[in-house]
Amino acid sequence: MTQNRPWIPYLLILPSVAFLALLFVVPLVQTIWLALSDNGAPSLANAERMVTDINFTRSVRNTFLLTIVVVPVQIAIALAMGTMVSKVGRGRETILWIWTIPLGISDLAAGLVWLSILQNTGYFNSLLFSLGVIGRQASWLSYQTPIALFIAIAVAEIWRGTAIVMVIIVAGLNQVPKEFKEAAEIFGAGPWTRFWRITLPLIRPALQSALILRTVLAFEVFAVVYALGGRNFPVLVGEAYNWQNQNQNYSVAAVYAVLIMIISLAATLIYLKALKVDPERLP
Amino acid sequence: MSRETMSTIKASPASFASSRRWLLWSGIAALCAWVLVPIYLVALGALGGRQGVYIWPKTGLPTGISLEPFILFLKTEGVVQSFLNSFGAAGITVALSILLGAPAGYALARYDFRGKDSYRLLVLLTRAFPLAILALPLTVSFIRLGLYDTIIGVGLIHTVLALPFAALVTQGIFLGVPKELEEAAWVFGCTRVQAFFKVVAPLALPGIVATAVFAFVISWNEVFAASVLTVRNRTLTAYLLTVLSESPMHYRFAGGLVLILPSVVFIFAVRRYLFAIWGISSK
Repeated sequence: MTQNRPWIPYLLILPSVAFLALLFVVPLVQTIWLALSDNGAPSLANAERMVTDINFTRSVRNTFLLTIVVVPVQIAIALAMGTMVSKVGRGRETILWIWTIPLGISDLAAGLVWLSILQNTGYFNSLLFSLGVIGRQASWLSYQTPIALFIAIAVAEIWRGTAIVMVIIVAGLNQVPKEFKEAAEIFGAGPWTRFWRITLPLIRPALQSALILRTVLAFEVFAVVYALGGRNFPVLVGEAYNWQNQNQNYSVAAVYAVLIMIISLAATLIYLKALKVDPERLP
Repeated sequence: MSRETMSTIKASPASFASSRRWLLWSGIAALCAWVLVPIYLVALGALGGRQGVYIWPKTGLPTGISLEPFILFLKTEGVVQSFLNSFGAAGITVALSILLGAPAGYALARYDFRGKDSYRLLVLLTRAFPLAILALPLTVSFIRLGLYDTIIGVGLIHTVLALPFAALVTQGIFLGVPKELEEAAWVFGCTRVQAFFKVVAPLALPGIVATAVFAFVISWNEVFAASVLTVRNRTLTAYLLTVLSESPMHYRFAGGLVLILPSVVFIFAVRRYLFAIWGISSK
């Protein structure tokens, strides 16, 4: 098929390569140059400005804390969902559809959804009030309640972002042959042993891509934070946005972008190394 | 819980099985509620109007709701326009990512060529980057090119997000169309192009439509790049983000609902392909 006209595949991939070169590689290089130069000469002045900014340390801490809390919980819920739904015969399709609904919901919308629940006269306070836990409206999203605000943002992120992890994990689970489980059962492995020794190792590729995807997205967290807490809870992308749009300082915004890219790449490499997928052991 | 354990201790295997069943279904029901109830509550907030926000304590029942406040929100200056802008940007994203991505997917599925692995690496590499952040340096070049603050500009950057996904998923879709069918068409005198459009394309169409829907949702939900690259011609997410701090609560909830509805409909439309697609794209 390839002998007579070897140029065909190149012709087919060329448009997408050209597009990605123009709008992925070029801006990537531009960002790095913008971040590491000052008036056309290489300089760390922008990086210095970023590091000495009052919100810098808080935004780094907040973003990391959110990622560390949110990603494992999402993986755990998604695994629970995948395990549960594998035991269901009729109704499986409906359940999976309901669980995938948040896949179509933006982080901004997720923030607004949880704002309706957690605002002062919201449903959460109403519930606590009717249970007699609180006497009057409590506020959860102000700068005076940083821990409650953190939990609120984490809950909204978990609510929205679990769906994508679940879809990837269920797709992975679907590829695990039944025979593996049956064999383990015959040899007397209990449900927990089967889960840890058979299922989890077999869906390692799916886990790996879910972890990479979710972690990169978690470091990009922005709109959900803004919708719930305004500027009370600085995160990395939020700071980049403020430097760009409010302060009109594109260089410091670019340093933030470079920092986020370095963190994302490092996380991806760590996952690739830690969860090395052995092609021999795939089903 | 205690009744649960009591009955399992003394009861027969049959009731043990049924109580496990009960546990399974209550877990599933709880997770379904976890997804659906917040959406229901934000809808109540969107339809409850200004008075609805201050009802205290709230019951969570649909009392005092009407479409009026929601329609009033839609009539607010800028809402309809930004809604249309979002559709425009998403339309451009869908068109470009399929037009550029599907040929690449076809090349990956049908041909062996030098550089295939490098191309796959380029596509996979985009995953490790927070792509929306690349909008930051593009501001300057887009101003120069006249693309700043246009729907085309937003569509272009959203295509960067959707294109790698489209290339990988269409590769899987074309792999699913038997090569023999295509070769049979050649034998019967079709040219390559005819064979593609008469045999391959109809079989691949449902999957490609599903990919297009995903590209739409990716663009529709994107907040950061859209907010950075527009000032007057805002997409819905960018518009909501910028007016958020000065909007009354019920407007924010209405905005959240408007964002959620279209993507939920679209996800429903492609629910059958969700798992196949993510199975492919997470390999």
